[in-house]
Amino acid sequence: MIKAKALVITGNGTNCEMEAAHACKLGGFDEARIAHLSELMSGEVSLDDYHFLNLTGGFLDGDDLGSAKAQANRLRYAAVEGSGERIVEQLLRFIEQGKLILGVCNGFQLLVKMGMLPALSGNYLQQTATLTSNVNGRFQDRWCYLKCDPASPSLYTRGIEGGVYLPIRHGEGKFLVDKPETLAAIEARHLACLKYSDREYLAPTMEFPENPNGSVNAIAGVCDQTGRIMGLMPHPEAFVHRTQHPRWTREELPEEGGGLAFFRNAAQYVKESF
Amino acid sequence: MPHRIEITLKDEVRDPRGERIKREIEHFLHLKVDEVRSIDVYTVDAELSGEELALAAAGPFSDPVIQHFSIDAPAAAGFDFLIEVGFRPGVTDNVGRTAAEALGYLLGRPLQAGEGVYTSVQYLISGALSQSDAERIATGLLCNTLIQRYQILDAAGFAKLGGVAPFVPKVQVEAKIEVNEVDLEVSDTELSRISRDGVLALTLDEMRIIQAHYRDPEVREKRRAMGLGAAPTDVELEALAQTWSEHCKHKIFSADVSYDDGEGNREEIRSLFKSYIQRTTADVRAALGERDYCLSVFKDNAGVIRFNDDWSLVFKVETHNSPSALDPYGGALTGIVGVNRDPFGTGMGAKLIFNTDVFCFADPFYDKELPKRLLHPRRIFEGVVEGVEHGGNKSGIPTVNGSIVFDDRFAGKPLVFCGTAGIMPAKILGAPSEEKRILPGDLIVMTGGRIGKDGIHGATFSSEELSESSPVSAVQIGDPITQKRMFDFLIRARDKGLYRFITDNGAGGLSSSIGEMSEECGGCRLDLSLAPLKYAGLAPWEILISEAQERMSLAVPPENVDAFMEMAKRFGVEATVLGTFTDSGVFHMLYGEKTVAYLPLSFMHAGLPPMQIPALWAQPVHPEPVIAAVADYTLDLTDLLSCLNICSKESVVRRYDHEVQGGSVVKPFTGVANDGPSDAAVIRPILDSFEAVVVGHGISPRYSDIDAYHMAANAVDEGLRNYVAVGGSLDLIAGLDNFCWCDPVLSERTPDGPYKMAQLVRANKALYDYCTAFSMPLISGKDSMKNDFYDGTTKISIPPTLLFSVIGKMEDARLAVTMDVKRPGDLVYLLGATADELGGSEYLAQKGFVGNNVPKVDAQAALAGYRAYHGALNAGLVASCHDLSDGGLAVAAAESAFAGGFGISLELDKVPFRGEASGKSDRALLFSESASRLLITVRPDKAKEFEAAMAGTLCCRLGEVTAKPLLAIAGLSGELVVRAELARLKEAWQAPLKDL
Repeated sequence: MIKAKALVITGNGTNCEMEAAHACKLGGFDEARIAHLSELMSGEVSLDDYHFLNLTGGFLDGDDLGSAKAQANRLRYAAVEGSGERIVEQLLRFIEQGKLILGVCNGFQLLVKMGMLPALSGNYLQQTATLTSNVNGRFQDRWCYLKCDPASPSLYTRGIEGGVYLPIRHGEGKFLVDKPETLAAIEARHLACLKYSDREYLAPTMEFPENPNGSVNAIAGVCDQTGRIMGLMPHPEAFVHRTQHPRWTREELPEEGGGLAFFRNAAQYVKESF
Repeated sequence: MPHRIEITLKDEVRDPRGERIKREIEHFLHLKVDEVRSIDVYTVDAELSGEELALAAAGPFSDPVIQHFSIDAPAAAGFDFLIEVGFRPGVTDNVGRTAAEALGYLLGRPLQAGEGVYTSVQYLISGALSQSDAERIATGLLCNTLIQRYQILDAAGFAKLGGVAPFVPKVQVEAKIEVNEVDLEVSDTELSRISRDGVLALTLDEMRIIQAHYRDPEVREKRRAMGLGAAPTDVELEALAQTWSEHCKHKIFSADVSYDDGEGNREEIRSLFKSYIQRTTADVRAALGERDYCLSVFKDNAGVIRFNDDWSLVFKVETHNSPSALDPYGGALTGIVGVNRDPFGTGMGAKLIFNTDVFCFADPFYDKELPKRLLHPRRIFEGVVEGVEHGGNKSGIPTVNGSIVFDDRFAGKPLVFCGTAGIMPAKILGAPSEEKRILPGDLIVMTGGRIGKDGIHGATFSSEELSESSPVSAVQIGDPITQKRMFDFLIRARDKGLYRFITDNGAGGLSSSIGEMSEECGGCRLDLSLAPLKYAGLAPWEILISEAQERMSLAVPPENVDAFMEMAKRFGVEATVLGTFTDSGVFHMLYGEKTVAYLPLSFMHAGLPPMQIPALWAQPVHPEPVIAAVADYTLDLTDLLSCLNICSKESVVRRYDHEVQGGSVVKPFTGVANDGPSDAAVIRPILDSFEAVVVGHGISPRYSDIDAYHMAANAVDEGLRNYVAVGGSLDLIAGLDNFCWCDPVLSERTPDGPYKMAQLVRANKALYDYCTAFSMPLISGKDSMKNDFYDGTTKISIPPTLLFSVIGKMEDARLAVTMDVKRPGDLVYLLGATADELGGSEYLAQKGFVGNNVPKVDAQAALAGYRAYHGALNAGLVASCHDLSDGGLAVAAAESAFAGGFGISLELDKVPFRGEASGKSDRALLFSESASRLLITVRPDKAKEFEAAMAGTLCCRLGEVTAKPLLAIAGLSGELVVRAELARLKEAWQAPLKDL
């Protein structure tokens, strides 16, 4: 069997690289490399050598121009030293080769603002959705119930029954789209794989704090049509062990946290597909 | 020509920023407005083609899904008043910096020197307002005029002018680089004037010591050889003022104190720091013997203790009070990113694992007149909370523990304590990571941000009281991303062994960092003209003492310098060689070829004799409170739950990321609805291990009104019991002391100095007494001694405050205990004795009294109880545990009950009481704040084992957890004295700060 290799990109304000790499390992990846963006730009590290790209949480460039905007701009224009190839070309090749990208929180914002999600037309560089300031105007750290769409093509949420409980930690998590048709297509194709919901995962909700940011249709996570690219505001890497759950001292919980499924599914997919 | 790019939200998109401002205008200024919308403005001062501008506006500057842009055409419409707020020249503009960098990527070339992007925000306000209302909104809410500028236009004026004209807040300084000599051969009056006018904060005695130094013929001879005159240069005088400032030198803690206990006993104390703080650690370490786990204490930027064989723990807590008083947002932001650099600059450098923050404010709903220049407590609250939020969240460091204390005397100066812990490998490339050294010949390298006029005189200004003329340049805004980039680079350089020594550039800037580093090897030679500047025109003395943020100073061996610089470049971090460390014995500054400062290190660092400070203790006697006994205390309890010091701070805490890095075990909020207040934090810094770090703190300034000795004792005990409650081990534990005092030095302005100094002496005595009794070494700390406001008529002094932070270990995080009751039928125990100790309590404060019976800590009883409890916890016998502090037993029981969602039923006559029977009353048993007590619940099937584990301690069963959601407390008579639905208690506790 091949060695399943995950890459976690850090630098310029990415903060969750350590726990993302840890979750990849626990999920079954044989290697989880944390690489600074400068290592990508110098050519020391190439996306071509990996199967699973993690764009994880943080405050890229301080969210100064709006979350992840400056990094989206950087990835679009920056080139690899020597070869002159732009990072974005590496990324498109990565997608074309059927590889996996998971964007969490700031990484989700980055994917959306580059145009890689939901990418309804198959054009991965045309922005049709965004993530913007929470309705209450405040950063929030709280746990949310996320109803999972079993009909979604997302490979990451396979096997999740009902939903999953995960922390959100963001100030700009309100999902919006450019026009009603985009939203209709997202829904029709079951691309909104996770929605903020009640505790029993019965129905999506627009009520604060269950829906912490006011996302349209309570959307918390989105995938592309292939199901291999997914972004979500909640942090699956922050719940891989029961002691990370806010009520682990009072509830009977399995040893493994609900967020680990995302990484297990990714590892399994890689091992089956490459 | 500069261009304005304006970014507006599309009409159908909500504007949370505008909505928040609207709410604040209404809540805060009591003005009615219909709507507030906001526009982001980028003023691009660079040579760009129209096409390039459009590309920038459409790309990085705006979001096509929700925003429109317009270039050099005003976008504002449909408003009554427009207020545009931007920065003043030279103030850090983080968004502008990122925008300029984004332009660089887009153009394929970085912007040229002198080019830049500047940001401002337009607020479009609709409503029936007058010009003066708009003025109030600008100055009272939107704009801090110290660092920002604003422009107000009404609709007619806007139409007439055709919009807001581009304004480029570029620093324009006459590039006149001069070094001046300062003649000290003048009268004493003149010496004092030189110090005062120059914000040097040097006393007349200190000025005379400097004067004498420059009269020394030997000194003069050496100076002549260097081409210097007999008088000090401004560079030298500024360096001395910085080095000798209270902020950097801790003169009060090093002073000779003559202490009179008020009963005729006199004591001569040579340095409080040495006599109490250092001695505490020395004595504890001696007693620990082979079990000593301290690795580096009091000598580096932070304290270092052992975590396990492979890792060491680093912790430091700082204050940033004076800057936060002037610019709450920038001050607090700089506070947090500043203290981040302490553990990062400790030993060879530590990875940062958590932040803590404790704030002391006046009532945010304060509605009386305040002296001019003081910001309203609500603005301070908002600004500080947001500053720490941005500093912590953006840096990717979880904020895991903290509190907010309210007392109206903090209107004079808010206290902003920021702590940061780090972890580093016990050994790096085979050498202990807590050790570092400098060899003569090593290069002086500065990394990170550039130097500007920001933060000049920070060290000296915070060594004085706040007044109307406090310098604006002392204020600065931090930039967490520049710092994060630098840390990303330096931690990798550390692991490659590219540098030999690292320290932080904080207060005092290069003068302080290089001055202290020079002591390691015996001298330095540094060329100030090499330092990278934000803009031209800084005088050499300004370069030397600027506190511009996000900088570290390093010693790099010459053989590594190429590799170091190459790596810095790749990571996008600026690094500059400024000179060489030497063994000349001299702090030698040049500007180009010319010597501008030549100070013997012996004079700089040891030239100052200790201050002589009198201290006279007089026990204050407050009127004994007279409060009629009542049959039902439910109302008193709900009032207490709603008081600012006790009520929920969840609206603040949820704004801090407390889970990033993935090691969160006990979070700030816990319980069935994730909203009960945890006592302390537990985190796992190494994700594949269950070994955990535990951190808690204690703070109780109110008790200073009775006796600062007991204030300090209670702070130490509270910190420890919070730590113990969640599961912290007593065998690997350390304390950090942060003193915030009002000026205790007798002077014309401070006639009660001797009393305040006596309070300080007594707090130090308590610190020694209790930390040695608890076997808790002090590993680091800080003092801030001038927390007064004085404008010539009004003086506001803060209550003397000790923040005591506790850090330590728990071997297995899976044994941690939280404060929420777990299930009906569990038994409720109280550990520790209760006494009639309502003095200084929150209960008496609510009733308008101080009282005299301050809680007294019995260290031996406390320690025995904590040890037994820790044993029970490790045996898995404890279901929940909550510490008793503000509001006593009644508040703790209410919190545990509503956090767990189950009722508690208790009987007060089972509470173990200490003291004379006459003091035993329902009121005292409910609300007394006697120390060292824990409220514990235990499953019935474990009760026997638990009681056996607690044998020999004062631990009594008071009642049980009930399915019915009710707090029911039976009084001494057997009748219920508290009976309340949990929902009502929780509502009372959550309401006051819910909307802030």
